[in-house]
Amino acid sequence: MGEIKRGYVRPLDLRHGRVDLTHGSGGRAMLQLISELFARHLGNAYLGQGNDGAVLPAPVISGRPGRIVMSTDCHVVSPLFFPGGDIGCLSVHGTVNDVAVMGATPLYLAAGFTLEEGFPLADLVRIVESMAHAAREAGVPVVAGDTKVVERGKGDGVFITTTGVGVLPDDMALGGSRARPGDAVLVSGSIGDHGVAIMSKRENLAFDAPIESDTAALHRLIAAMLETRADIRCMRDPTRGGLAATLNEIAGQSGVGMMLQEKAIPVKPVVAAACELLGLDPLNVANEGKLVAICAAADAARLLAAMRVHPLGRDAAMIGEVTADDHRFVQLTTAFGGRRIVDWLAGDQLPRIC
Amino acid sequence: MKYIDEFRDGGVAKTLAGRIASAVEPGRSYRFMEFCGGHTHAISRYGLSDLLPRNVRMVHGPGCPVCVLPIGRIDMAIDLALKQGVILCTYGDTLRVPASGGLSLMKAKARGADIRMVYSTLDALQVARGNPQREVVFLAIGFETTTPPTALAIQQAQREQLGNFSVLCCHVLTPAAIRHILQSAGLGQADTVPIDGFIGPAHVSTVIGSRPYEFVAGEYRKPVVIAGFEPLDVMQAILMLVRQVNEGRTEVENEFSRAVSREGNLKAQDRVAEVFELRREFEWRGLSVVPDSALKIRGKYAAFDAERRFSIDYRSVPDNEACECGAILRGVKRPQECRIFGTVCTPENPVGSCMVSSEGACAAHYSYGRYRGLH
Repeated sequence: MGEIKRGYVRPLDLRHGRVDLTHGSGGRAMLQLISELFARHLGNAYLGQGNDGAVLPAPVISGRPGRIVMSTDCHVVSPLFFPGGDIGCLSVHGTVNDVAVMGATPLYLAAGFTLEEGFPLADLVRIVESMAHAAREAGVPVVAGDTKVVERGKGDGVFITTTGVGVLPDDMALGGSRARPGDAVLVSGSIGDHGVAIMSKRENLAFDAPIESDTAALHRLIAAMLETRADIRCMRDPTRGGLAATLNEIAGQSGVGMMLQEKAIPVKPVVAAACELLGLDPLNVANEGKLVAICAAADAARLLAAMRVHPLGRDAAMIGEVTADDHRFVQLTTAFGGRRIVDWLAGDQLPRIC
Repeated sequence: MKYIDEFRDGGVAKTLAGRIASAVEPGRSYRFMEFCGGHTHAISRYGLSDLLPRNVRMVHGPGCPVCVLPIGRIDMAIDLALKQGVILCTYGDTLRVPASGGLSLMKAKARGADIRMVYSTLDALQVARGNPQREVVFLAIGFETTTPPTALAIQQAQREQLGNFSVLCCHVLTPAAIRHILQSAGLGQADTVPIDGFIGPAHVSTVIGSRPYEFVAGEYRKPVVIAGFEPLDVMQAILMLVRQVNEGRTEVENEFSRAVSREGNLKAQDRVAEVFELRREFEWRGLSVVPDSALKIRGKYAAFDAERRFSIDYRSVPDNEACECGAILRGVKRPQECRIFGTVCTPENPVGSCMVSSEGACAAHYSYGRYRGLH
């Protein structure tokens, strides 16, 4: 007969095991999931405090106390793994970017996991590893977290909500209401990559050429942009709804219009081709590693040059200008020479039939 | 992008615009109907009307597959999904078409109906194979372009003896609709619009060829130019129409010769003829009941006909009173002339079907061109 080892707990079967309801019930099973999976990969001194909340130092920027920027984002992507990324790294990038486009330095993340009963632990490991990798690379630790398990059929594998905290210098005031007629509209690179990558998997549409999501943390590109001291009025990351939604948002908040040049908007040929095939408009397709910046016209060239030096801004382009327009229309001069509105979508972009 | 960029070249567009401008006779007005929603979309999306002289007016036709679907047909599909519990598969745009009781397929889905968007009839067959214990109905809509794939799916289902698959057939025919528009215009009815020529369908014509439009030029003395869906195709077709009008010619010309022949795709036509037969009448949204304008599934394939399988009948439902989709689909009114355009009726909450698809005249104008007439 074998001896019972003292203090031994059989580890989770991370290869073949599955999430079950005990993993969310507040008992030992949950503790085990947290320590063997989440803490193991995401661990750091703050997370290790093990209390109901993380105690963090007062935020300082350039040696002075700064203001706090906070943002939260629910990630519900399907499929969970897609070309160029997965829900894990996406949940870090998305929130880091939301904080960074405010002009803030992202400091900490908190993460909430909603797991569906039956979800393979091996997949969860991949997701948490990817999340940990993204957080390390960004230099933004996950300092607090929570896990819940819902019954089979009541979730979609994994939902991750991340909340980000950053610090903002006192003299920094970026905002969607600050765009003025004459300002330049800049985008940091090719648009539509993420949405098309997702769609190519979701709809089982196999394309010969690989289309990868652009998911990336933009805070270092943004830091380089801020260093130029260019008069940036506002920045946004054009995620859901794409460039069209983001520009309409800004136009609405600032009470201005915009005139874009279709020719100047960077779209990868493979993304353009996929959109063409599916009857979609790249302007409405989601991005996860791009930003839009509105900037005083006089500083635009300087800002653009700084963006292009950074690997994530290599294909940055000036795509149009802010105009005076009481109707707040975002318009586009088509490559064809005509003019049209670039509108919000009513809902999801649905493929056309003809 | 090869085979695309060539047809969207701004430089060539300018040249063509110049040619159209010098071809039009100043004292004359030209009204051309682009039958297809694909053309309507191209005209709006590329801002094509900015490149046309003032006396050339494009009239949007009824060739948008979801726009002409009457409420009663969507009601049938919703009933199947909600009351009979079938898995209902259909193409993307159809999901948002308004139906009775404030519903649409998308809203029915939120109420628990199992409705799935598919990209092809093959996807629908796959759903049927994957759910052998459930009834799977494909809501088949569209003009002659989407009909051959439906025919193939029905034949494939028969070969596989896929007993849980059926089709709710709403396929409609282009030439019959054009004839209907010409007839009502010829009768001088109050709510008709004189049309000087037609831009003929692109994709539809790859299937049926150019021959079926010859009656337009012969019987009705109206020029037709079949054109591709790229903006340069449309510009070129407009130039060709202007020339026909100026020279008093009425011919069926083919601008889209890279894809369309006089005979069309005979193989596809054969398959369609094997599976479908003419419906004696079919209600179109906007055009009301049009004789011989749609297809139904032949008796030989009755097992795959959802109307027979579930014994459901079509019930006509009147459109919202304020909605002008009917007049807009006939080219009599422009979207901005509808009282509820852009206020009560928007792409978020479409009242009429023209506000649903980006091929619909109202949605195209709202999404791409509503700054016109404001400034």
